[in-house]
Amino acid sequence: MPQNLFVYSEKKPKSFSMSVLTLVSTKNGQPTKGGLEAASYGVALSKQLNSEAVAVVSGDLQDGSSLGDTGIGRILKFPSPLTDSGQWAKLAEHAAKLVGATAVVTSHDHFGKAIAPRVAVRLGAGMVSGVTQLPQENAVEKNVFSGKASAQVEVTAPIAVYSVTPNAFGVRSEGGTAQIETIEVEVGQAKEHITSFEPASADGQVPLPEAELVVSAGRGLKGPENWGIVEELARALGATTACSRPVSDIGWRPHHEHVGQTGITIRPNLYIAAGISGAIQHLAGVNQSKTIVVINTDPEAPFFKAADYGIVGDAFEVLPKLTAAVKALD
Amino acid sequence: MKFLVCISQAPDTTSRIAFTNGDSEFDSNGVQYIVNPYDEWYALVRAIELKEANGGSVTTITVGDANCDPIIRKALAIGADDAFRIDAKPTDALQVARLIADHAEKNGYDVVLCGKETIDHNGAIVPAMIAEMLDCGFVANATHLEVTGTTAKLKREAAGGEETIELECPFVLSAAKGMAEQRIPNMRGIMSARTKPLQVEQAEAPAQTRVQRFALPPEKGACHMIDAENAAELVRLLREEAKVI
Ligand SMILES: Cc1cc2nc3c(=O)[nH]c(=O)nc-3n(C[C@H](O)[C@H](O)[C@H](O)COP(=O)(O)OP(=O)(O)OC[C@H]3O[C@@H](n4cnc5c(N)ncnc54)[C@H](O)[C@@H]3O)c2cc1C
Ligand SMILES: Nc1ncnc2c1ncn2[C@@H]1O[C@H](COP(=O)(O)O)[C@@H](O)[C@H]1O
Repeated sequence: MPQNLFVYSEKKPKSFSMSVLTLVSTKNGQPTKGGLEAASYGVALSKQLNSEAVAVVSGDLQDGSSLGDTGIGRILKFPSPLTDSGQWAKLAEHAAKLVGATAVVTSHDHFGKAIAPRVAVRLGAGMVSGVTQLPQENAVEKNVFSGKASAQVEVTAPIAVYSVTPNAFGVRSEGGTAQIETIEVEVGQAKEHITSFEPASADGQVPLPEAELVVSAGRGLKGPENWGIVEELARALGATTACSRPVSDIGWRPHHEHVGQTGITIRPNLYIAAGISGAIQHLAGVNQSKTIVVINTDPEAPFFKAADYGIVGDAFEVLPKLTAAVKALD
Repeated sequence: MKFLVCISQAPDTTSRIAFTNGDSEFDSNGVQYIVNPYDEWYALVRAIELKEANGGSVTTITVGDANCDPIIRKALAIGADDAFRIDAKPTDALQVARLIADHAEKNGYDVVLCGKETIDHNGAIVPAMIAEMLDCGFVANATHLEVTGTTAKLKREAAGGEETIELECPFVLSAAKGMAEQRIPNMRGIMSARTKPLQVEQAEAPAQTRVQRFALPPEKGACHMIDAENAAELVRLLREEAKVI
């Protein structure tokens, strides 16, 4: 295939001369939640810049209606599914040039972390990762020092690349519909080959980085055999389970549940911590949660200082009571 | 096999976070610096393990001023063979990536290992930028790495599970928990680190972003305490006051 060959459907070009391009990841034919959050951010940014909101997807997308609902008017779709970060970056670069993008937006998750920096290099753009709000007065806010501070970062290049922190901006409904156009570009050979996928949680929990409700426990639970009361509360709430680092280090819980400075950083609406002392390295991964509940036998536990609601008590008694109270909700 | 490990310095995880100069700079007064944990515990140790198993060399590279030398010596004490420091005060990921990629291109490495992010900037940008500049494959947040001949097998956390990925050398990865276990340098390592080569190079590259100012998060209001006997009250508050369930 010749280089730089674009093929589109016969749709009329729009009147905007500039645009905000969102790179949207898909799974099983649908945009991911991170993709929809990024699209919502891209739409809001395009309004701020008075430009067009465009999304680019690779061939896996089957239904563009949820993307259209975020206010994306135009979807550029590459015919075949891409998973290679280098190929995706070439697609994104061509799409950005095609629509005259002054900003490129994506999700700050495993998709965006592999692709967005590559796109920034290809476009000579300035990149800010993990943004939490729209830019204001030439600067955009992001969290730094593992959530212990924030920074206002200015992009000094003509094009900006932003990756949006999961669960910070949310999915917004604008009730629109999107037109899908085919875009063909030469993306070269794939170098990264995915040979297998193992689902982490058999019980259908939402993956931790995306979870809105999280129930977490630490060494205070005393042994892996006691996790039933944690899982029951999580199940009653529809929450995902997490744990402190020592708990995963000694093998009571799987590694992918470890949150904190050296584990996963999360930002759920609700974080319930039982039997966790609240060490600074643990807080670094969870202190951006909207509401924090702490259950600890020790009234002096440092975690209470970071909590919105606290119960001084024994997790073995309090957790089952909470489960019962949640089940009693309508 | 030649491994290049990108080592950044970071404030100790318990450091007091404060800013100076009109909140435009991190206040490093009294701050203890460490090797960025992901770079040390996971990227560096895994490279050393693979070298020990299959032969080859482990080189570290740091973009930073002479204040970084102690953490570079620590990496040498853990088992790296030699080190490069690009003498610059980095202000932006693109700049760091350019300086590292230029070095890597000149010297030719089979695998470039980074940490998944620095714990001060929380960027997670530099590794993929290096990969793009070197036009090679990349795996973010890798939890596992095996290399056989010139073919590597990696695992990474992806939405809802773990993916296995194969790629050919050369490639770049960013390392997350699971890839290796932390190593404490022994006396022999510490002694030999003093005489291992640490070469300082001068180079420059442009930045495309600038931090205008930092801010500390607003103080959290007092924690609302609820009696242990009255757990149902907490559930009511979560629904009616916090509106999160
Ligand atoms: C560089 C570095 C990085 C680190 N990264 C992380 C990280 O990413 N994540 C992380 O979590 N940690 C991390 N740590 C470890 C951290 O410092 C703490 O050691 C760890 O978080 C403590 O885990 P914990 O709260 O489960 O255990 P503990 O500190 O032992 O606390 C257990 C708590 O349970 C309470 N308790 C006991 N019995 C009960 C009961 N019946 N009911 C209710 N409460 C009870 C106790 O009062 C206590 O507060 C890191 C440390 C370092 C040095
Ligand atoms: N100044 C630096 N010198 C060497 N490596 C760095 C530097 N900054 C970042 N890195 C590497 O890039 C990774 C991610 O950094 P960041 O994109 O800043 O979060 C780190 O874990 C390091 O491996």
